[in-house]
Amino acid sequence: MSIANLKEPGKLTKKDFESDQEVRWCPGCGDYAILAQVQRVLPDLGIPRENYVFVSGIGCSSRFPYYVNTYGFHTLHGRAPAIATGLKLTRPELSVWIVTGDGDALSIGGNHLIHILRRNLDVNILLFNNRIYGLTKGQYSPTSEPGKVTKSTPDGSVDNPFKPLVLALGAEATFLARTIDVEARHLQDVVRRAHAHRGASFVEILQNCNIFNDGAFNDVTDRDIKAEHQLVLEEGKPMIFGKERDKGIRMNGMRPEVVQLDSTNESEILVHDSKNPVLAYLLGHMTPPEFPTPIGVIYDVDRPVYEEGVQQQMRRAREKRGGNLDGLLKRGDVWTVS
Amino acid sequence: MSDGQTTFTKERQEVETVVIRFVGDSGDGMQLTGTQFTAASALAGNDIGTLPDFPAEIRAPAGTLAGVSGFQLNFSRSEIFTPGDHPDVLVAMNPAALKSNLEDLPTGGMLILDQEAFNEQNLKKAGYAANPLTDGSLDRYRVFAVDITRLTTLALKDSGLSNKQVLRCKNFFTLGLMAWLYHRPIEPILAFLAERFGKNAALLDANTRAFKAGLFFGETSDLFTMQYEVPPATIAPGTYRNVTGNSALCIGLIAAAERAGLPLFLGSYPITPASDILHDLSGHKEHDVVTFQAEDEIAGVGAALGAAFGGALAVTTTSGPGIDLKSETIGLAVKTELPLIICDIQRGGPSTGLPTKTEQADLLAALYGRHGEAPAVVLAACSPADCFGTAIEAARIAIKYMTPVYLLSDGYLANGAEPWLLPKIDDLPDFRVEFRTDPSGYYPYLRDAETLSRPWVVPGTPGLEHRIGGLESEYLTGNISYAPANHEQMVRLRAKKIAGIAREIPPTKIIGAESGKVLVVGWGSTYGSITAAVRSLHRDGLSVSQVHLRHLNPLPPDLGDVLRRFEHVLVPEMNMGHLSRVLRAEYLIDAIGFNKIQGRPFKVEEIVTRVKKLVEEEA
Ligand SMILES: Cc1ncc(C[n+]2csc(CCOP(=O)(O)OP(=O)(O)O)c2C)c(N)n1
Ligand code: SF4
Ligand SMILES: [Mg+2]
Repeated sequence: MSIANLKEPGKLTKKDFESDQEVRWCPGCGDYAILAQVQRVLPDLGIPRENYVFVSGIGCSSRFPYYVNTYGFHTLHGRAPAIATGLKLTRPELSVWIVTGDGDALSIGGNHLIHILRRNLDVNILLFNNRIYGLTKGQYSPTSEPGKVTKSTPDGSVDNPFKPLVLALGAEATFLARTIDVEARHLQDVVRRAHAHRGASFVEILQNCNIFNDGAFNDVTDRDIKAEHQLVLEEGKPMIFGKERDKGIRMNGMRPEVVQLDSTNESEILVHDSKNPVLAYLLGHMTPPEFPTPIGVIYDVDRPVYEEGVQQQMRRAREKRGGNLDGLLKRGDVWTVS
Repeated sequence: MSDGQTTFTKERQEVETVVIRFVGDSGDGMQLTGTQFTAASALAGNDIGTLPDFPAEIRAPAGTLAGVSGFQLNFSRSEIFTPGDHPDVLVAMNPAALKSNLEDLPTGGMLILDQEAFNEQNLKKAGYAANPLTDGSLDRYRVFAVDITRLTTLALKDSGLSNKQVLRCKNFFTLGLMAWLYHRPIEPILAFLAERFGKNAALLDANTRAFKAGLFFGETSDLFTMQYEVPPATIAPGTYRNVTGNSALCIGLIAAAERAGLPLFLGSYPITPASDILHDLSGHKEHDVVTFQAEDEIAGVGAALGAAFGGALAVTTTSGPGIDLKSETIGLAVKTELPLIICDIQRGGPSTGLPTKTEQADLLAALYGRHGEAPAVVLAACSPADCFGTAIEAARIAIKYMTPVYLLSDGYLANGAEPWLLPKIDDLPDFRVEFRTDPSGYYPYLRDAETLSRPWVVPGTPGLEHRIGGLESEYLTGNISYAPANHEQMVRLRAKKIAGIAREIPPTKIIGAESGKVLVVGWGSTYGSITAAVRSLHRDGLSVSQVHLRHLNPLPPDLGDVLRRFEHVLVPEMNMGHLSRVLRAEYLIDAIGFNKIQGRPFKVEEIVTRVKKLVEEEA
């Protein structure tokens, strides 16, 4: 327990967000990089350290709160959104972060995930997607690709996987983004944008589990080839990618397609607009090998925030009806016996 | 009675106690009739006990046995503890209602029926081959076949309402007639009508007219030759109101939060018979109450636990199926040592079971229904009004000992009502919470020397940033620890903390002799039936004593001594023997179970008979 510094938010540094607990992920795990980037962003957000709370479920990823020197709650498999909801409703002034895995968020906790998104609670959800169950030593997950051979699918998975962003959009999320464990800058930017969004921010972080699913995202992380496979989204900019920036996405009727750029089709290239749900849906559906993997802020719209609605009703009730215990006891017909 | 226009002239007979059961189709408004008659009786100064009995289906086909809804009310000039074993008067609005309730009416009982409802179609739906009104099968009873439908229609003939709307006023005609028959004050009923239908002049007028028509019918018809009167009971002085268990529970939770100086947070998912708590608390936001209707029971209790982490008085409410879903989260509350109140309004199980009927079969689930060594506090309310005090006790313990507390109620307490002597707010225990804010010497699992409780620190407190979770904690520091000896230490510590609460439990109250032949031990809603039975046995000169437990974990420290002072310990329960099993295991005594699993409370006479049998076996 370090109770050391009571610093002004502006004076905090990465160090202030490192707990004294030994980090116990496997060496080389993508979770380390994510932890480091988040610890880098937190001091910059203008929030006193004591107002951050990290709530997680169960999984390798969900050990995250132990390593961040803020308030933290390592809860139950899949239930972090539920617990975070009660916390945020009780203390709306806190900055609440949910850390979860693909199994935690999309299998056992699927119900809570869709409902927290639908309600649009003002929290940030970081889903570490390694397309495997890490903590239980390598079973396939709801994002594992068809045919995946794991301990529990020796003959290959016959499950159809979720596309997390499409699921979240279907659940009426107001903020969707994707980033990659090893893209330090990009990850930081996305986390900042997630924090800036009012409402539930859903961030899928592609994370390498080097023990049970090594190289799952090689195409977007390998230095030599990643430019061909990442579609880095920027607001108001055309969707161009490739080492030579020679490819783009355009619509062919109702369907997107990849085209080789030339002077004739440059104007046809889709321009990113994070307010457009149809575009968000198309981007969520783009998967390799047909498409590059879109990364960045995919969708970002405003909708009333759940806890604000709750607070407002409470204020109105107080103004209208006061709140006197004696009056409550005597509600309805009372009579006196002397 | 006088409503300013009429004076009643028929002869009036005083009676001690009356039990009326109103039965009809779910659409007939019997619950409303019953609750209004109850409110009037409470205001008349009677002691009262009620038992609503709803079908599980919202609107089963009209006129069928499945659709029968009932409301039983016991009102008396002396102290009563139950809604009554048998009705003295059965008011049946149709053949199905008559058929499914007649067996409870003793010979000579009064039967008031809506004559027109006994038509061919309704008789067929109820499975009557012949009309009981004419085939002599009701000769054992005092039958009053009243033209309720026709008379209501007549009274409202120029009301402008549709035929269907007119027929919906039948229950107020019936209420008027019953109010006349038992000489009830009519002002509260008229006031209720004004409040209920104030915005709709036509309906207000129609229901008022139907009510008065019933009243005048009683006075003018030759059918009834006399009125009855139940004089006021002599009860302790003070201010009273009529209260159901669920309503008392809500008020208790709000009062507890106020005494703790905390906001109240309810995380819940609708389920009979607990939903009314969610409804009721949702209407009390002015008392700093946040209600959250979650996506399921797991999220309901999860949100409550998150709220507890954030410093609220956190509550989750449910019934059996929901308790199953919540158990993992309650285990986390045990492990993280956060205060949490789990209200289980028990109903008939297993599975969906008897959703609208009462049972006490969740006690063992509350005591033991979590994996691992996960001790939790268990309390049970014994009457509708006692739900108030039990809620306050649950909150007090949860906060002081940083622990989940189960509060067991059941369908019978939840919907049943009784007069409640309103407590004085200043007399309520004060347990104002002071969160820890001092960083010096702080550890998340620091122990209070007396209670063994850990400090409650809420996020947002500078300098006390810490992490909690489900993994085993190192003693004091709370850091993750898999050390074998530490685990045993922590398991024992958590057990000791809960066991230590026993020192706060007041000495066990024994009704009757301090030692002797028979002790009847109960918990929860059997209190009324057992108390009435023990009184009756005392009147018969039998030596029998009674103990009723509110604290089920930990148990009162003197309980073993008390039990051992009696030759026989009889434990009536609406289950297969939960408490009796616990008493056997804890105290190695030969507790005798007396078990009823019919979705209905014990009748007083059932307990009387069982105790007598025990005494006779002995002789
Ligand atoms: C109720 C419950 N069921 C099962 C488990 C076992 N379990 C722990 S983590 C996990 C899967 C974790 O996968 P994921 O969420 O993808 O996290 P990762 O370890 O990959 O980061 C499972 C099945 C558990 N802890 N609790
Ligand atoms: S198992 Fe995989 S996800 Fe878990 S810590 Fe090891 S590398 Fe990381
Ligand atoms: Mg995973």
